[in-house]
Amino acid sequence: MTKIMDAPSMPGTASGRDALDILCPMHLVIDATGHVVHAGPTLRKMRQGQGIVGQRFLEVFEVKRPRALTSMADLRGMAQQKLRLKLREAPYTALKGIIVPSIDGSDSMIVNLSFGISILDGVRDFALSNADFAATDLAIEMLYLVEAKTVAMEASYRLNARLQGAKIAAEEQAFTDTLTGLKNRRALDTVLTRLLTQRTSFAVMQIDLDYFKTVNDTLGHAAGDHVLQNVARIMVAETRSHDLVARVGGDEFTVVLPDVRSNDILRRVGHRIIQRLEEPMPFQGTDCKISASIGTVWIQPGDITTMEDVLSDADVALYASKHAGRAKQTLYTPDLRNAANAVVPPTEMGDKSA
Amino acid sequence: MHGLVNRSIQLFVSHTYGLHIWEDVTRTAGLDFTEFEGMLRYKETYTPLLLDTIAQVLGRPRADVMEDLGTFLVSDPQFEAVRRLLRFGGVDFVDFLHSLDDLDDRVRLAVSDLHLPKVELRANADGHFSLICDSQIAGYGHVLMGILRAMADDYGALALLEHSGGTGGAEVVSITLVQNEFSQGRAFDLGARVG
Repeated sequence: MTKIMDAPSMPGTASGRDALDILCPMHLVIDATGHVVHAGPTLRKMRQGQGIVGQRFLEVFEVKRPRALTSMADLRGMAQQKLRLKLREAPYTALKGIIVPSIDGSDSMIVNLSFGISILDGVRDFALSNADFAATDLAIEMLYLVEAKTVAMEASYRLNARLQGAKIAAEEQAFTDTLTGLKNRRALDTVLTRLLTQRTSFAVMQIDLDYFKTVNDTLGHAAGDHVLQNVARIMVAETRSHDLVARVGGDEFTVVLPDVRSNDILRRVGHRIIQRLEEPMPFQGTDCKISASIGTVWIQPGDITTMEDVLSDADVALYASKHAGRAKQTLYTPDLRNAANAVVPPTEMGDKSA
Repeated sequence: MHGLVNRSIQLFVSHTYGLHIWEDVTRTAGLDFTEFEGMLRYKETYTPLLLDTIAQVLGRPRADVMEDLGTFLVSDPQFEAVRRLLRFGGVDFVDFLHSLDDLDDRVRLAVSDLHLPKVELRANADGHFSLICDSQIAGYGHVLMGILRAMADDYGALALLEHSGGTGGAEVVSITLVQNEFSQGRAFDLGARVG
């Protein structure tokens, strides 16, 4: 480098430009006619092929804000204001800039540019590397953060997806009816299977609500839900803690009672349940009135039977209660099945228990 | 310890030695699960327990296992994100070494509750460096050594590494840089994002 070029270290001079190239690799020097007389190394790289030095600044860049900047005189008036610009040619990159008069006393201006938020596209579109940014520029840290954030978010999304899957699986395996908090059919199947394997004595009550459909149809689902929750509370209250109360259909309930010693106990429990269910249940100023029919089967110790048979027997007894005018409990005996077969076709029985 | 640490250990073992070895490790360690989640937090005791158990199951010194873990994290294609995030630290290997002082802060920028031990680089004469690392987890220096070995390859630098033991809760890795630009190294395209 010659002595002359070294002497006054200002932006207009060669060594000043060297310094600016390092400090601001995306700066431009524009002369009084608005032509680019020098461009920092990163800008030169971005304009490979099209060139930039010698071209008019306002023909390369469109000033988006402030609006209506069309001449060099306009630009000069914008000194020290933030500019929003855009390349006039593909890839039409958005840029931020600031313009200041050159400090060498000439009429030229210095514009420094930056990608701002378009940094990701800029780096990709122009294949930029670390060396294209000033050492003090936070662009690299910005890129690092975006990438790190993406990786961390991916990991979180994967975790959420797995948890969602686990939640669905858990719900499928759940033993609880979500509306009433009672056990569900899956829980009933599990308990019945266990009791049948142990060949111990137990009773099964099949309970169907009477007039529930009327409540639902006339007072709405909210009233219906309220009644079902009330029914659940009553059934739990009227049975022992080791009895199982399950909701197995819309208004169908099954109670399993282990260790029952007599028919009398079953009659008393069934009677109390019907009696309490018949008490009016107030809902938003209206009394909901329902009742229940019960079919009960009592399995003796050592009886060899299947879950299907037990539930079918209970259904037969339940049908007898309905047939006898509702609000009744019937204890299953084999005669009932013969009587039932005489009255209803087997298919309808099947629908009932489904 | 952050799930990402335990999850990395899990993937290292299952990918390098097979799923059955990993299941063997979790069984031997007395865990009642086999999957660590990256984005959950776990008890501090899991990480040392896993490392000890892996060494036991593989019949290898824990230090060797930890160094292999470090290399795996950087060089396995599955962990391309880790390599890339580390490459943001510097333009060449020496620059990268100096960026290690900020490693824990950088990591916390990305995942705010992932606390890695603090490391400090001391530049001695003629391309000799010492990396002093806090070691809440004994042997962390070996993990760093594995990472450095793989990163030197990545940058195309030729460096000699040695674990010089530890004193007072700190471990020292000695680095001798033979040549900063020894080979081409792997390309690092700023704009090519992972994921």
